[in-house]
Amino acid sequence: MSDFLHHLITNPHDFLPIGEWVNQFIHFLLDHNGGAFDAFGRAVDLFAESIEVALLSLPPWLIMGFFIGLGVWRLGWRFAGFVLAALALIFGTGFWPQTVSTLALTLSATLISLMIGIPTGIWCARSKRVNTLVRPVLDFMQTMPAFVYLIPAAMFFGLGRVPGILATVVFAVPPAVRLTSLGIRQVNKEQVEAGHAFGCTSTQLLFKVQLPIALPAIMAGVNQTIMMALSMVIIASMVGAGGLGNDVLSSIQRLDVGLGFESGLAVVLLAIILDRLTESFGRGQAARQS
Amino acid sequence: MQSGKIVVENLYKVFGDKPQDAMRLLKAGESKETVFAKTGQVVGVNNVSFSVDEGEIFVLMGLSGSGKSSLIRLINRLMDPTDGRILLDGQDITRLSQPELVALRRRDMSMVFQSFALMPHRSVLENAAFGLEIAGMGRTEREARAMKVLEQVGLAPFARKSPHELSGGMQQRVGLVRALAVNPSLMLMDEAFSALDPLKRAEMQDILLDLQRGQSRTIFFVSHDLEEALRIGTRIAIMEGGRLVQVGTPQEIIENPADDYVREFFKSVDTSRYLQAKDLIDPSAAGLVVNGHPANHAELDKHSWVACVSKDHKLLGLVGRETLRSEGCIPSERCVPVSPVAPASCLPDVLQRLLGQSEPLPVADGEGRYLGVITATSVLSKLSAHRLQSAH
Repeated sequence: MSDFLHHLITNPHDFLPIGEWVNQFIHFLLDHNGGAFDAFGRAVDLFAESIEVALLSLPPWLIMGFFIGLGVWRLGWRFAGFVLAALALIFGTGFWPQTVSTLALTLSATLISLMIGIPTGIWCARSKRVNTLVRPVLDFMQTMPAFVYLIPAAMFFGLGRVPGILATVVFAVPPAVRLTSLGIRQVNKEQVEAGHAFGCTSTQLLFKVQLPIALPAIMAGVNQTIMMALSMVIIASMVGAGGLGNDVLSSIQRLDVGLGFESGLAVVLLAIILDRLTESFGRGQAARQS
Repeated sequence: MQSGKIVVENLYKVFGDKPQDAMRLLKAGESKETVFAKTGQVVGVNNVSFSVDEGEIFVLMGLSGSGKSSLIRLINRLMDPTDGRILLDGQDITRLSQPELVALRRRDMSMVFQSFALMPHRSVLENAAFGLEIAGMGRTEREARAMKVLEQVGLAPFARKSPHELSGGMQQRVGLVRALAVNPSLMLMDEAFSALDPLKRAEMQDILLDLQRGQSRTIFFVSHDLEEALRIGTRIAIMEGGRLVQVGTPQEIIENPADDYVREFFKSVDTSRYLQAKDLIDPSAAGLVVNGHPANHAELDKHSWVACVSKDHKLLGLVGRETLRSEGCIPSERCVPVSPVAPASCLPDVLQRLLGQSEPLPVADGEGRYLGVITATSVLSKLSAHRLQSAH
């Protein structure tokens, strides 16, 4: 008995080899479900590629005009001026194509994240049990270091856009889920009662009362998802996702601080533009509800 | 079977995870406090029975925690009762399935909330048409109907505004319109005017009474404000600790409060304002002469005034004692014709009449039948009795 205890204390890993189990599980998946992963990967790739090709085919002035117009509409001339300056700077430093690739990656990762995150958030808000199950999963997704799942993602889907986008989705889904569920649960009790009292079915309650009132919170979730996605697609260049991340990565490899600063600045400017614009959509809603 | 728009029979609501344990104790006669101590279950509504007639404004009063908010939510089943029956037009709504309940809420009932509970993403008009939209009515028709009701409360110019651009009183008018637009036979109002300042509250009460005039709609109104209850209530029910303490007309409750809890409500209220002419009659203030003949010869001398009535007790007028003495008998043409007041006249009207004449003020019912006279002394003694009661 004492031998057993001694062995347990000195070599605890022999008794709880979680790492070994995960390895076996990954190999099992790879050996038995390769076809399914390939098909899934091809679908994601097609989706992301079409967005990227479409954006790259647009002339730069059209994209710039779109963002400047959005800036004027949502935030006024001062912000539009900033957008113009920022995009001109990106164009001038020669990072335009990479920035558009990064924008396309962020966009496709965000869309996939929202398609998963918002319905899951609604489900969490409606069922306590689902919420209890989902919360630790979200914690796991947000705090597990990205490289840990970036590598297996590359093992499943090969290098390129797909593992990058999927790793990004893992990282960007949680805020969408959390803020959707929070927004719905924060809808005033009497507003929900009013829905019921006038004879809403549960679908009507969701679409005519809960979701519209939760919209500012959901928009905050969308904003957070975009920001998370943007930061993650840069890291995802390690598995060959492309875009500005490639320049950041090569600046590190070549110890080229200048290149790193230029490409990093392009990321920051893109982030500020996306953040302010998406935030303004949520704020417009919130002002009406206060 | 009892009749009425709403009939509530032995209704219970227990909050907690083991309501049946609590029910067993309650049915064995244990108190709410004992049940909480023994089982940890909170009794919201404790064996309540009453009925509400069609067309009346039934006001449910109570302090916070008395169970009145739970009770109103049991009636449209925002909460499910633990035990008991609720009959709406004779149909037991506690047994309805979810689709039947949805249909019932769309067809027969609506609700007005304390916090207004308007939808911030909808315009005033879209809010007003909410119930109709939920019921599946087309846009043109429902907005036309909602617009008509908005016009009735003077909100038509604000139809395209957002609710948050309106003042509290106006927001609650939208809440009222939303509830009325579906033309329900039963409207539930949960502390509907409590969040408004006193002036706005009185204004809303007037609007409600105006809209209710000539309607057969039943209103179930929850309030903690006795003045409000006295002002709008056809009947008032008072709840304490989940139980119904007293149900009656405002007059009945003012005249005969069931216990100290009910009396407590009147402390801050000047109940004399709700006195009516019939409450102020002094039976010993005037003698009576029927068809020229004194009803009681011995008493006639004690009174300074005598009321003359015809054979069928119709009031002819008043006669001073001096006249009576000098004449010996009373020909009807000697009567001073004094126009009587109705039994339901309020105190300010009675005072005004009384100050304008030297004779006592006779009271006669709708057919002109004599009921008695009011004198300054009778008013003063009644008022001082009420002050003492309130000051208790």
